[in-house]
Amino acid sequence: MARSPLSIGKFLLAFVSWWMIWSLLQTILLTNFGLDLKTAMADSIVTNAILALACGFVSNNLQYYLPKKDRYWYILFLSLSLSALVVLACKWILVPALGSMSPGYAAFFSRSWLVRFDNVFLQVGCMAILSVLWYSSEEEQQNMQRKTDAERLSREAELFKLRQQLAPHFLFNSLNSISALIGSRPEQARKMIQQLSDFLRGNLKKEEQQWVPLAEELQYLQLYLDIEKVRFGHRLSAEIDHDEDSMALRLPPMLLQPIVENAIKFGLYDTTDDVTITIRARAEGNYAVISVQNPFDPETSRPKQGTGFGLSSIQRRLYLLFARSDLLTTSVENTNQFITIVKIPQ
Amino acid sequence: MIQAIIIDDEPLARLIIQEYLQAYPQIKVAQECSDGFEGLKAIQQHKPDLIFLDIQMPKINGFEMLELIEEPPAVIFTTAFDEYAIRAFESHAVDYLLKPFNKQRFDKAVQKWLDQRAADADPASPSNPNTQALLDTVAASPSQSRRIVVKTGGKIKIIPVEDVHYLEASDDYVKIHTKNGVFLKNKTMGYFEQTLDPAQFVRTHRSYILNIQQVTRIDPYEKDSHLCLLQSGARVPVSKSGYTKLKGVLGL
Repeated sequence: MARSPLSIGKFLLAFVSWWMIWSLLQTILLTNFGLDLKTAMADSIVTNAILALACGFVSNNLQYYLPKKDRYWYILFLSLSLSALVVLACKWILVPALGSMSPGYAAFFSRSWLVRFDNVFLQVGCMAILSVLWYSSEEEQQNMQRKTDAERLSREAELFKLRQQLAPHFLFNSLNSISALIGSRPEQARKMIQQLSDFLRGNLKKEEQQWVPLAEELQYLQLYLDIEKVRFGHRLSAEIDHDEDSMALRLPPMLLQPIVENAIKFGLYDTTDDVTITIRARAEGNYAVISVQNPFDPETSRPKQGTGFGLSSIQRRLYLLFARSDLLTTSVENTNQFITIVKIPQ
Repeated sequence: MIQAIIIDDEPLARLIIQEYLQAYPQIKVAQECSDGFEGLKAIQQHKPDLIFLDIQMPKINGFEMLELIEEPPAVIFTTAFDEYAIRAFESHAVDYLLKPFNKQRFDKAVQKWLDQRAADADPASPSNPNTQALLDTVAASPSQSRRIVVKTGGKIKIIPVEDVHYLEASDDYVKIHTKNGVFLKNKTMGYFEQTLDPAQFVRTHRSYILNIQQVTRIDPYEKDSHLCLLQSGARVPVSKSGYTKLKGVLGL
């Protein structure tokens, strides 16, 4: 429910002052028409008090019932009937009370009722229109707020889901490798447990809101690639390079990892030769530009048009974060090299 | 002497099986293979009694490799995580090891196979009858229905289903007509009808399944039947019931 403007302190003050000024003006006007000061004051105070009540009523009424566009006649009807009631009330109160004090008052009132009605109708009408505008904009604002809240919530949920796709294959196969190492090379098994723990810890603690420095993210990827190297032995080599000034760049957490996972999936899991995965990071204007290159087997997996392979979730995430869909590009080089380039606005 | 082959793309995963097998002097590991191609060659060469087979492997996965073997040996699957395959294993009682597995679990699987083998009156047919049922179940999984693996002239060919124009029944085989030629696969039409995506492939005739992307024109032919012209220029018969199905899929 929208708040009534009269429930807000400064508006109430303005409302009260408005009626005081109006009473003063009416008193002056009435003395100019020949009424004595006391009668003029009583007349204008009573009239404006009733009028103020009527306006308060209008404002209050519209708070509970806001006519839609095709029902604006309701406002007209309300204003007209209220104005009539106000003038009648003034007549019933003022004429018996003031008629005895100043003899010409009854005649004066019946001569001036039309002007009084016009004035009352004008004020009540204005109040009604202002109230409609006020409540409409309040309602609009509330709707907007609700909409953005809903959007924010669903976006957060979606981002959370996109980040949570830790491949179970990776985890169980790594554990299997550790199990194999325990028998033959216990020292290395211990080291791998350490690496895997660091990797999982990093995976758990990252919050969407906190962007991480590129240096940290690259270290994390190195950890991931090191684990894969233990699993696949000499088959995998990884190159990570970056220029010095790119290290301070920041990016959303867990954005690069799925890209590298994708590179591993098509470059390592689906090929039989030795592979090199190359990650390059540089600063370019207002962007952090990171490219990931992996070989793939054109016979078993062909990159589709557009984003290719399984990058649509990253594309979606970039869109949710930046409202842009041109930040992720992919290309194929020398028939079997797949290159993914992601640009992060700084 | 029992011949065994280990097929897994991770060296450490092969190592642990080797290590556990040291307790079985009667089992000799003839070869270790790091992918399905190598595995296939080794199986044809050594004719092993038992294979330890990983599922997730480069190029062709463990199931696809098994499909290409006429008389598959006994298989103990080893896998890290594959919900669909595990369900298939459970319903078809082939033993499998979930990575990482310990010595006890490994011993149980090997012992089970050794017992089965000892009880088997006819050791000349080591092929597990359940293997075929297992493969049929697995073939229907979503990840399996995107490509078809065939053997042609000793070479393995992976055909993405988009490249398939139509399938034609031919005795015990199915002829797969593709943009790169015709291939044969030792399967039934019913098998393909079940495994291929029904939104893309329609069985228009007892002996034909066609890729609807290929359809350019459907002409009336003899009484109650139609003839479908494909982009490749081929003409595929459409029976009365096939025509109804085809219209349904094309949204006519």
